[in-house]
Amino acid sequence: MHIMEGFLPGPWWQIWFIISAPFIIYGLYQLKKLVEEHRETLPLLAVAWAFVFVLSSLKMPSVTGSCSHPTGTGLGAIIFGPCIAAVLGLIVLIYQALFLAHGGITTLGANVFSMGIAGPIVAWIVYKGLTKAGVNTYVTVFLAAALADLFTYVVTSIQLALAFPAETGGFVASLLAFGSVFAVTQVPLAIIEGAVIALVFKYIIHLKPEILTRLHIVSESTVRKLQESAL
Amino acid sequence: MKYGLEIFLIALIVIFGAIFLIQNAGFQSTGQEAWGGSDDGASSIIEETGYEPWFSPVWEPPSGEIESLLFCLQAAIGSVIIGYVFGYWRGRKVNA
Repeated sequence: MHIMEGFLPGPWWQIWFIISAPFIIYGLYQLKKLVEEHRETLPLLAVAWAFVFVLSSLKMPSVTGSCSHPTGTGLGAIIFGPCIAAVLGLIVLIYQALFLAHGGITTLGANVFSMGIAGPIVAWIVYKGLTKAGVNTYVTVFLAAALADLFTYVVTSIQLALAFPAETGGFVASLLAFGSVFAVTQVPLAIIEGAVIALVFKYIIHLKPEILTRLHIVSESTVRKLQESAL
Repeated sequence: MKYGLEIFLIALIVIFGAIFLIQNAGFQSTGQEAWGGSDDGASSIIEETGYEPWFSPVWEPPSGEIESLLFCLQAAIGSVIIGYVFGYWRGRKVNA
């Protein structure tokens, strides 16, 4: 989903910087408050960040015959909300832009928006919605993480299609072209990412459920039920 | 603790690996080049329109080896953090 350095013409790269900035600023504010009020969440924050770091380094082959990588932002988004997830994503994207020439400084705003903001918002909405509807927590986490991953690539396709509408067919034709490169490749990877994050969620439920109940992510009765469940 | 989710994940990875092997065999028999990055795929679609990137990376890994070193480092640092935290929690729980 990385838009390569210099591949977004003006005004698009500036527009995405402007759109992403408020999320990052609010995320930093939330992060500061979280660390002051719930210091015990720091290790979990580190794990959420580490997940983005690891998963976005793994390029995996997919059904379309090309390779792509998962995003790993679902875990942070579910537990800490999309704005903090945006900050976690930003750090990873800066590392890749500076050291790996993967993504770029000029396209950072657009990449942060797709990976750090749009995906996490989907994860967060799916998680809240399905939890309210009473769906099994692991199924919920699986769907939230998988859809966040997939949506990130859909947004990248939209960003590129907006900047490069096709001469014949315009935005839609261009969206289909980029979508077939990005979004279709991503489907199997999204499924695997969902399963990995659901598994990690299970370990947190078993080892450190206090953090999740204190942040009101999972209720205590759900924790007890999950700890006894066959999954 | 039961292992339902673990088994589910392993099954997914096996299916994923099998699909890859079958496809790869197909590509190799036709001599097609495959498994490039999707990011590069999108870049080449853009370049076909005659677009020239207006800015190039400040620093690029000088070789494939250096690039994979940095990618491995990324995965390794992340894995250490995940392993450390879960190990710490588990140790605390067992000793509590």
